[in-house]
Amino acid sequence: MISKESVAHVAGLAKLAFTDDELQQYTNQLDEILNMVAQLETVDTTDVPVTTQSIHLENVMREDVAHNDTKIADLLENVPTKKGTLIQVPSIIDKEDD
Amino acid sequence: MNFETTIGLEVHVELKTNSKMYSPTPVSYGAEPNINTNVIDWGFPGTLPTVNKGAYSYGMMVAIALHADITRHTHFDRKNYFYPDNPKAYQITQSETPLATNGWIEIEVDGKKKKIGIHELHVEEDAGKNQHEDDGYSYVDLNRQGTPLVEIVSEPDIASPEEAYQYLEQLRQIVQFTGASDVKMEEGSMRVDTNLSVRPIGATGFGVKTEIKNLNSFNHVRDGLAFEQKRQVQVLMAGGQVRQETRRWDPAKKETILMRVKEGADDYRYFPEPDLPPVFVSQAWIDDVTAKLPEAPAKRRARYINEWGIPAYDAGVLTLTMEMANFFEATVAAGADPKQASNWLMGEVSGYLNAEHLELKDVALTPAHLAEMIKLIADGTISSKIAKKVFQEIIKNDTDPKAWVEEKGMVQLSDPAKLTPIIDGILDANAQSIEDFKNGKDRAIGFLVGQIMKQTHGKANPKVVNQILMSEIKKR
Repeated sequence: MISKESVAHVAGLAKLAFTDDELQQYTNQLDEILNMVAQLETVDTTDVPVTTQSIHLENVMREDVAHNDTKIADLLENVPTKKGTLIQVPSIIDKEDD
Repeated sequence: MNFETTIGLEVHVELKTNSKMYSPTPVSYGAEPNINTNVIDWGFPGTLPTVNKGAYSYGMMVAIALHADITRHTHFDRKNYFYPDNPKAYQITQSETPLATNGWIEIEVDGKKKKIGIHELHVEEDAGKNQHEDDGYSYVDLNRQGTPLVEIVSEPDIASPEEAYQYLEQLRQIVQFTGASDVKMEEGSMRVDTNLSVRPIGATGFGVKTEIKNLNSFNHVRDGLAFEQKRQVQVLMAGGQVRQETRRWDPAKKETILMRVKEGADDYRYFPEPDLPPVFVSQAWIDDVTAKLPEAPAKRRARYINEWGIPAYDAGVLTLTMEMANFFEATVAAGADPKQASNWLMGEVSGYLNAEHLELKDVALTPAHLAEMIKLIADGTISSKIAKKVFQEIIKNDTDPKAWVEEKGMVQLSDPAKLTPIIDGILDANAQSIEDFKNGKDRAIGFLVGQIMKQTHGKANPKVVNQILMSEIKKR
């Protein structure tokens, strides 16, 4: 059973604010999801190596060549507030940690 | 109660690539904000990263130079955190299978050598930059977002702030000689986080550690650690407990200041990066990177000492930077005597660079010109006094020293056939001085040499003058 506190903590990390009712609702939903996923625990995986990928690709890399076809104006169209080409955001209090 | 100190260092080094770690946009500085970015750097939905093979190879270069074992099967991981300079809200790094493990650096403190272990190296991406202004807003420039980094994590083998300083100095030097990074603290291409704890001598298990983040000079690292060491001991002696927290060094106040109580690693919610396939590093790839690795500074020092007879101290100075070491070797390759090349580089050249606040690459001096000037001194064409004038010319301008001294009439007069008549003339006119010398007044020789120098405008080779003068006096 996932606790309401855990859900609130994860929501906090994602900068999401919930009312108490919403928190309860998501806790119930997350609990159902986790219970469903927990069924996988019944499968014996003793000799199965850990997998990190679902597609069988390896070494998909590019050479170190720089190019940029993107227009800055196109990117800035998605910026609600800007100054020149800088993205304006609410003041960041933790000033030293950048 | 006596305490012992345990220090571990995490060093981020920016790799000198053309393009970013997971996107093809250029890595460059001083550009207009956000100009070197694309949809991948901005974390737009539906975009996919691709690993920069050149960046990975640079990371391998650093790992091999630090004697670490390259991990053959690796995958990338997501480290999740929310901050405006990182629009994806996660950093792609290597958590479970780092680039390499188990390296070491040898340091020397108070004449004692010590190996500091390197726990691991991993490649990851840098974040963008925030500018904080007084108008109540912050401003984000993502040009740096995605710049390839290698993070070098030491073992907690460092026992004092001075050892930490030496470790960083050696690390900087080794990495610089690989050519994989500029490793300039002042430009942010090398950044240091420290972890320090203290424990009563003989205690098992480490004390609670505190972190100092984003130190931007080796001196700040040493001073910050020294302060933190003292602060923790005082806390424990007063019966208190050290809290696990992140602090920063205030160089003006000379103290560390609390930033925040540290989040647990769980809060980063690491998981394997689904957008990047795993990387397999073949032996052929390792061999290729190893073959391209320039000679390490320690090997160069040994070669200078053993093959060229350079004193150990001088060899150390010459290998402080790759530019200096390469310049020195090129000067010797161009025919200069190694000891003379070393003396000029450590003396006049370094003096000039320090006085003018320049680097070798900023001046006109070339190894070929320096070597030629040293040869001109060696074969007696110019005096060492004249050489200082020549040096001033060739460090400022792309001037051929041999042609220049000929053009300026600075060539030393060494030909006995030309010097003898001049010397005879001087002797004829100064019979009294010859008399004085024969009566035991050695000073008379000085006067005669002075007269010869005056007549030749200082160009006469003093050694040759002396020889001819003595033999001519004997004849009289």
